[in-house]
Amino acid sequence: MSIEEIENEIIQEFEIFGDDWEGKYEHLIDLGKSLPIINQENKTEENIIKGCQSRVWLNSAIKNGKIFFTADSDAIITKGMVALMIRVFNGQSAKDIVEAKLEFINKIGLKEHLSPTRANGLLSMVNRMKLDAIKLSQ
Amino acid sequence: MIDSKHIREQFPILNKRINNNSLVYFDNGATTQKPKVVIDSVVKYYSEQNANIHRGVHTLSREATELFESARQTVSSFINSKTEEIIFTSGTTDSINIVANGLDIPKGSEIIVSQMEHHSNILPWQLWCERNNGKLKVIPINRDGTLQIKKLESLITHNTAVVALTHVSNTLGVINPVNEIIQKVKAIDQRILVLIDGAQSVPHMSIDVKNMDCDFFVFSGHKMYAPTGCGVLYVKKGLMDQLKLSKTGGGTIKTVSFERTEYVNGPLRFEAGTPNIEAVVGLAKACEFMNSIGVNNISEHEHSLLVYAQNELRAIEGVEIYADHSNKAAVISFNVKGQHPFDVGTLLDKYGVAIRTDHHCTQPLMNYYGIQGTIRASFAIYNVKEEIDIFIEALKKGIKLLS
Ligand SMILES: Cc1ncc(COP(=O)(O)O)c(C=O)c1O
Repeated sequence: MSIEEIENEIIQEFEIFGDDWEGKYEHLIDLGKSLPIINQENKTEENIIKGCQSRVWLNSAIKNGKIFFTADSDAIITKGMVALMIRVFNGQSAKDIVEAKLEFINKIGLKEHLSPTRANGLLSMVNRMKLDAIKLSQ
Repeated sequence: MIDSKHIREQFPILNKRINNNSLVYFDNGATTQKPKVVIDSVVKYYSEQNANIHRGVHTLSREATELFESARQTVSSFINSKTEEIIFTSGTTDSINIVANGLDIPKGSEIIVSQMEHHSNILPWQLWCERNNGKLKVIPINRDGTLQIKKLESLITHNTAVVALTHVSNTLGVINPVNEIIQKVKAIDQRILVLIDGAQSVPHMSIDVKNMDCDFFVFSGHKMYAPTGCGVLYVKKGLMDQLKLSKTGGGTIKTVSFERTEYVNGPLRFEAGTPNIEAVVGLAKACEFMNSIGVNNISEHEHSLLVYAQNELRAIEGVEIYADHSNKAAVISFNVKGQHPFDVGTLLDKYGVAIRTDHHCTQPLMNYYGIQGTIRASFAIYNVKEEIDIFIEALKKGIKLLS
């Protein structure tokens, strides 16, 4: 599936909650809980995205020209957002990842998580994912 | 007894709705909201009084200067100092930097701070030490957030030049016995200079710098109902002339030539460039606002909120309050077992409750407790018991969502 197709799938998934933000967050928290836990050896200082309240570890790899991420966070809501990003990006080409606008975040009503306050580190993580994708594909 | 309804009516922002809930603003330690008298004073300043100060001969400039200088009087009597002891700065951080960069103390001196300081009362001293081969020493604390005052005495040597200490911890709310500490320090060595960071005390309790007998006292306007971008550096009489300038420029001089400059004496020497006039005007109004309620009434009201909120919090399973006692200003830091403060804060915001979650610019304090951050609720005069009930309910719902 393309990034856009996965985004649409996620949008549909969140549509059932309508205005019920509690339901939406419950779902996000469940996504966070089901994110495969990153190997301890990948939770290095180098892989940590700093300057945020919730710590995010990101590990990136390339296989047959496609990019794969694993990640973790100590905050469960952040982890849920991380899970969404990974679902959208995993197995895509570096070019598609870099060009992705990620409008689904806005459409599912979670755009505050991409705000430039450094609170949750998600914006830094997305930037880091894009940078890693470029580096790995060169 | 204060009239909460009347007080709340004076804060327009309290009518704001967040995510379809009434705003419950418990992030007063970061900055307080502003009463209408303060907002109006800024609007009036720009509508009727704006001119640059200490310069023009024209009527507006003269009146603006008078306004600015009468603000100095209001602020100085608010903390029981003399007018000529008050330097207007851009805030606490600026004030501390002016002192740290301006002290005429020997290279290699020792500076003492405490484990609970805000980064703004650590970094300027750390920088001084790096540049001057100095040594930064730290007063340890106990688990309940109180200072180990006995240890302070053993930290002092003949090289100690400064003790820089917060009056109230912005993270824990703990009130340090500064009067007693200053007495002790001065008894050991009269020459040691003491700076008290009043950023979190001035908003909550009545301050008397004369009685305190500190050498420097610093605070920010925006944490005490005044606009952002203004603050105060109180310098004890006689010390101001010994303070070296770290910035200079227009408004500070008697005469200037390329060879030599003669500076004015007193506070103006430190207020280079056009100051934040409207914020200073607002600061004076904020002092008057606090006086009109009575600073002791403010303390009393906020203390009752503190006691009530802590009791409610203790009843929730898994909540741990740091410095779990009531000898504090109206600040509560806590964590919920198994939950990241960020998650709790995000959900509280959804329920309209504004609190702060992180290290609160006190990372060394976080390291002491071995944590990343806390959830901090801090109260102001306009907060009421009913808001604490909303906060507690929201907290319970949030914890349920997370587990
Ligand atoms: C104890 C303390 N000191 C210093 C500061 C810094 O104040 P400002 O950012 O207004 O300079 C704060 C504000 O958070 C504080 O709480």
